[in-house]
Amino acid sequence: MSPARVARGINPLRQADDLRLPQIAGPCAVVMFGVTGDLARKKLLPAIYDLAGRGLLPPGFSLVGFARRDWDDATFAEIVREEVKAGARTPFREEAWRNLADGLRFVQGAFDDDAAFDELARTLEKLDAERGTDGNAAFYLSIPPGAFDTVCSQLDRAGLAAPDGDSWRRVVIEKPFGHDLASARELNATVERVFPADSIFRIDHYLGKETVQNLLALRFANQLFEPVWNSHYVDHVQITMAEDIGIAGRAGYYDGIGAARDVIQNHLLQLLALTAMEQPNSFGANELRAEKEKVLAAVRLPDDLATATARGQYTAGWQGSEKVIGYLDEDGIDPKSTTETYAALKLQVHTRRWAGVPFYLRTGKRLGKRVSEIAVVFKRAPHLPFADTATEELGQNAIVIRVQPDEGTTLRFGSKVPGAGSMEVRDVTMDFSYGSAFTESSPEAYERLILDVLLGEPPLFPRHEEVELSWRILDPVERFWARKGRPEEYESGSWGPSSAHELLARDGREWRLP
Amino acid sequence: MITDLPDTTTKDISKQLVRLRNQTGAVALGRVMTLIIVVDEAEADAAVEAAVHASRQHPSRIIALVSGTARGAGRLDAQVRVGNSAGGSEIVVLRMSGALTKHGASVVTPLLAADTPIVAWWPGAAQDVASSPIGRLARRRITDTSLAKDPRKALQRRRAEYADGDTDMAWARATRWRGLLATALDLPPFEPVTAVTVTGASDSASTDLLAGWLAARLKCPVRRAKSAPGTGLVHVRMERKSGPIELDRPDRRNGTLTQPGQPTRRLDLTRPGTAESLAEELSRLGADEVYREALVKGLPRVTNTRGR
Repeated sequence: MSPARVARGINPLRQADDLRLPQIAGPCAVVMFGVTGDLARKKLLPAIYDLAGRGLLPPGFSLVGFARRDWDDATFAEIVREEVKAGARTPFREEAWRNLADGLRFVQGAFDDDAAFDELARTLEKLDAERGTDGNAAFYLSIPPGAFDTVCSQLDRAGLAAPDGDSWRRVVIEKPFGHDLASARELNATVERVFPADSIFRIDHYLGKETVQNLLALRFANQLFEPVWNSHYVDHVQITMAEDIGIAGRAGYYDGIGAARDVIQNHLLQLLALTAMEQPNSFGANELRAEKEKVLAAVRLPDDLATATARGQYTAGWQGSEKVIGYLDEDGIDPKSTTETYAALKLQVHTRRWAGVPFYLRTGKRLGKRVSEIAVVFKRAPHLPFADTATEELGQNAIVIRVQPDEGTTLRFGSKVPGAGSMEVRDVTMDFSYGSAFTESSPEAYERLILDVLLGEPPLFPRHEEVELSWRILDPVERFWARKGRPEEYESGSWGPSSAHELLARDGREWRLP
Repeated sequence: MITDLPDTTTKDISKQLVRLRNQTGAVALGRVMTLIIVVDEAEADAAVEAAVHASRQHPSRIIALVSGTARGAGRLDAQVRVGNSAGGSEIVVLRMSGALTKHGASVVTPLLAADTPIVAWWPGAAQDVASSPIGRLARRRITDTSLAKDPRKALQRRRAEYADGDTDMAWARATRWRGLLATALDLPPFEPVTAVTVTGASDSASTDLLAGWLAARLKCPVRRAKSAPGTGLVHVRMERKSGPIELDRPDRRNGTLTQPGQPTRRLDLTRPGTAESLAEELSRLGADEVYREALVKGLPRVTNTRGR
């Protein structure tokens, strides 16, 4: 009996049908820049603990925090422990924590501090020797894009960007990926100067959400939906991301950026791409991205931007039961600011599948409630063999993919109103809720995405080409708006400015109440 | 909400389920399976609790079939739980006595959730798993040999009677170990494993299954060594030309992974609880080919030795 062959990519202990076997990341360390920031504390650190608790991080996994604070390893560990206890999804277990805590390190310094980055390099070397991180490291840049250049140059200078031999170095960046096509290219050039394109992971946390991935399952695993997923049956598509909060402390970032750049360019156009794309040959990174790019390249703006776009700025009002101030009164906002906090677009997808089907995208702050969804609204039945009065209450059939909160899918169709005598049809909904059908403990988007970075699995991360294509769609709109002065006002807690409602009314449609 | 239905019939239980569903609405949503628990009175509460926990990931209709004394007149007592006390599920506890104890399958048949897969779970001792009336109803049959009086004998029996859809919680408890060993082989140096020693408690079925899996997959001699009862899975040593990969867990909690030329890596290897292992079992509903290979093909190739 000769032993089973082992080689690169050939592992006798891995089998395609071994569905239980967890994907555990290989030895590595994560270096987190901006570890004192909100995102890191509220989302990233808890997600890393959850991964550790689920046994998906490698033995010897290490996390290095890099920030200006005057902390030592022990203080850092204490801070991480608090954030983990407050934010982790899985229960806090001392054993899991202790193993994670052993690998926590802190490097103090500013981004332009050569000595600090040399210290970081030494810290990583020591971790290789003490904990066996094997020279593998992911640099998570949870910092403003303005600092990317400095940090990347420093990583390069300290020799941290280039891996030795079999090891890898990856960099993780968060939106915004620029504020227009030119700046996106510039930003990309900055990072690509130091890291090769396939080592750059752009995080769009929406793509890590279970429901978004479920959209692919819904469309391509079922026979039921794909046959009607085209212009013969679909009337239009609405993609919504509504927030109830204002800009809450993000004035510095938000003013001058606005809703369209903040949300439409990345999240909503990615959702559009997943909704409208053709079936990829496989769910491999290249195949999936190729289909998304094809459909993004086919997206067109209508000729008259005045009737195809809407924008607004919230004013004081009642957000539910809470009295809130207007955008211009928020701390740190220029009282003459023309930044939009609501944006809506009508887009066309120039493919055979979608000819004539408008895609309406909207996003805003201080809207009626927090909700994100994709609604595919169907045409009415071509002939209704009922009296007119019977179908008065009947709307259009719809499939709604609820991204957050209350993740799930809703199907809306007509049903007979119970009762004697008359035939009367009205809308009912059939509901699949992720919360109840699976996983109270469905993993957080960041857990999935961080693990994918460590495993080197890129399908859920947009490529630079997608970012460029998205800016190509949005840039003309931004230029048009820039010439138009102040955005229209809308009251906080409402569903946006009247121009947004007119945008759909002109087409004989209306926004769903999400 | 908990409703007791003493001395009842399956018809009344069905009616009660529909009534509760109409009253609470949401309960009807997203049932993904029916889980039948075959259990005796002593283990019933613990098993239902573990199932409730696991059903937070896999909302189910849980039917606990509790067998009481076989003597006396046939009688069925039921308890229906929905809402908070049931996690994400609806729970029917059926206590059978007298002649009814022999007809559990007939009792559950009217209560199975429509058009969803059926899974059966024997938390304690199990005999004739696949060929029993309940086993024939179920697409997947979960046993736990580690709870048998003689786990290794029970494993031999599972092996003799194996049918597609059988699975074992002792196997689920080896998953994390398997993941770590597989990940170790993903990385250089890429050398074949020439021999393996797996050490674990003399009553640890997980150790046997892990050894069987390694024997089947690595096609090299695999030794199974014994440690004191109750110690669980303790040690795996995979020999390679450049030196062994060793995964060690002396205290049932903390482990170390040792490879030549690399620092010792510490890790958390706490034994997963029943609910956790059950949740893992419930996430796949087909035949577990890898388990079959470990049990049927691998196990006979393992050499048993005395001591470490």
